[in-house]
Amino acid sequence: MTTKKKNPVWAFFSSVKLALFLLFILAATSIIGTIIQQNQPFSSYVHEYGQKTAELFQKLELTDMYNSWWFLSLLGLFAINLIVCSLERIPNVIRLVRKDNLDIDPGRVAKMGLRKTSTLSCSLDEAAAAVSGFLKQKGWNPARRAKEQGILIFAQKGAWTRFGVYIVHLSILVILLGAVIGSPTFAKKVLNKPKFAFKGSITIPESRQTEYIYSLPGGEKIDLGFAVRCNFFTIEYYSNGMPKTYLSKVSVLENGKPVVLANGSTEWDLKVNKPLTYHGITFYQSSYQPYSDFLSLLRKKGVDREEKKIISGGQQIKTGFDKISFGILNQEVRGEAVQRLKVWFGGDEAEPSVFWIGNGQKAIIKRPSGEYELTVKQLYATGVQVTRDPGVWFVYIGCGMMLFGLYVAFFMSHRKVYALISPGEGQGSTVLFAGSAHKNKLGFEKVFARFVNEFEQRGQ
Amino acid sequence: MNSSQLFGITTLSYLFSSILYAALLIFKSKKAGRLGLWAAIFGVLVQTVALGLRWYESYQIGIGHAPLTNMYESLVFFAWCTTIFYIYIEYRYKASVVGAFVMPLAVAAMAYASFASRINQEISPLVPALQSNWLLAHVITCFIGYGAFAVAGGLGVMYLVKQRSTSTDPDSLTGSLPALRIIDDLTHKTIIFGFMWLSAGIITGAVWANEAWGTYWSWDPKETWSIITWFIYALTLHARFTRGWSGKRIAWLAILGFVSVFFTYFGVNFLLAGLHSYGSS
Repeated sequence: MTTKKKNPVWAFFSSVKLALFLLFILAATSIIGTIIQQNQPFSSYVHEYGQKTAELFQKLELTDMYNSWWFLSLLGLFAINLIVCSLERIPNVIRLVRKDNLDIDPGRVAKMGLRKTSTLSCSLDEAAAAVSGFLKQKGWNPARRAKEQGILIFAQKGAWTRFGVYIVHLSILVILLGAVIGSPTFAKKVLNKPKFAFKGSITIPESRQTEYIYSLPGGEKIDLGFAVRCNFFTIEYYSNGMPKTYLSKVSVLENGKPVVLANGSTEWDLKVNKPLTYHGITFYQSSYQPYSDFLSLLRKKGVDREEKKIISGGQQIKTGFDKISFGILNQEVRGEAVQRLKVWFGGDEAEPSVFWIGNGQKAIIKRPSGEYELTVKQLYATGVQVTRDPGVWFVYIGCGMMLFGLYVAFFMSHRKVYALISPGEGQGSTVLFAGSAHKNKLGFEKVFARFVNEFEQRGQ
Repeated sequence: MNSSQLFGITTLSYLFSSILYAALLIFKSKKAGRLGLWAAIFGVLVQTVALGLRWYESYQIGIGHAPLTNMYESLVFFAWCTTIFYIYIEYRYKASVVGAFVMPLAVAAMAYASFASRINQEISPLVPALQSNWLLAHVITCFIGYGAFAVAGGLGVMYLVKQRSTSTDPDSLTGSLPALRIIDDLTHKTIIFGFMWLSAGIITGAVWANEAWGTYWSWDPKETWSIITWFIYALTLHARFTRGWSGKRIAWLAILGFVSVFFTYFGVNFLLAGLHSYGSS
């Protein structure tokens, strides 16, 4: 075998030593970002570490280190290392997989580590047929070749599993690729299309809608291309006061008209862990904001019209129904959540009705001018995270590949079985079995022993 | 009988198991070793019932979730995974003395869970972020990994103890430990197993994060430390496979890896801030 003079750059990147070094450096530097809080305002670093140290952090890009040039370069080197290491070694694996295993000197079979000899009282050809038949039964695919010393039979399983490691390596590259594709920085700075991939947020008060969101961290406006309206927001609490559910009922509007969403209706129940995706943009229930204002809904029995308004407390609200007006006189609050409201409802001939109702509860008010339905609830705004990540499926596929590759690399193996049939005593033949496995050798030894035993018992 | 009482019985069982394995190590008493195994098995069986009971109890008080959602439940689950994994190792490889190095970890986890003042043992309802099927997948895969790495760490310590002693007398404390070659091979296999489950754990965490928050990776301290742990074990596997490192170096890496696991699991919740602070109460 001639030794090629290796390109020194290639040699450097194909070394496993470099991989060990990079893994170590990536691990060690990652620790820094967990000790120094990331992405905080400059003043908080000054407060915690002092002016000089805070400036040093900024210069070394330690405050956003995972997006810093040096960390990304390390990841880049890691990717190159993976690619070169794999390209360097894959040709050899292809050779091993495609190798003509029958093209060996039969003497080598006798030198293999794992072997066992059996004797049969039949001719060479009959013995070969028996061995081949047995192998086929066991799910192997035997091939034979006549040699000087006799007949050589060979079968192998799982040669492809030698690629397991490279599937893992490739999966890491696929994940990194997915991360780049989905990176807002990449979309903004390299593709010049901030709308291609972004992460942002928007706060939508109930009964209001928005056609844009604010990107994080910069705060630039990004147009959605459609509108999202928050119809309703509520929080349910457990009896111990902890939040149970954050629920936003949202609709998507195109040209002012609500569209039918994936759940078959025009309204989506947006909750944590139950995001809404529309046109490649995904909305996540993230936060909320309580207001001191209220959302009111008024209907009159027999009239096909409803009035939805945002109102403040202490104001007299005129309605479109006869001379009716109403207002909020008082409220009962627990923490930031309104529990009950005191409502004044009147304006027509009778005495005004004054009553307490629960937040969000429907009150039916019978008046001489008719029967009315009034619902008043505390106004909330829902806070949603909004993202567009075209790379996320690359990442998921990469993850799947990684798990598959790890399983193949560690739990499956390339197994070979040889059988050299040579003339034995009298008219009989001797079968020399040999086997090898490139992983889990101890396990294969047991399988091999059982295999030969079974063959011998069949011969009886 | 409620789940807390059963967990208490488990803790005692694991404690006896550790003591018995120590007796095996120090006094060479094979009988102690066998009893140690039985104590561990008994503990695990009781703990399995207790876990199921706690799950059921949560439904009874109207909350209804698997017992995997706070620091107390995770510590208990960690002890369970570690012990089950250890029992399997002892069954497969017959190296009972490893118990002296692994069962103490299970006891420590259970004891800390039961007695530490900062650990809340109540069954509490799930906040919205934790209301997801991914919770089960993510916690289980991570902890199977952690359990395996705990055993690997114990094996690493055992290797170093054995290596330091020059005694060939099978009756001595260290002489009775398995051959270095065997400990090393077992450490390696355990790390491989743990690495696969840790990878699955990180991946399920990432998919869940994307469903809940819109980002599969935000470099928050917990996520970062889990990838640091992953890097360390990836380094160990490469050093072993490709550079032929073995023995002492691998033993040290197994221990270092477990320290990283410990920090990922524990240290992050208590020492650092971030999205994963669920475990701090």
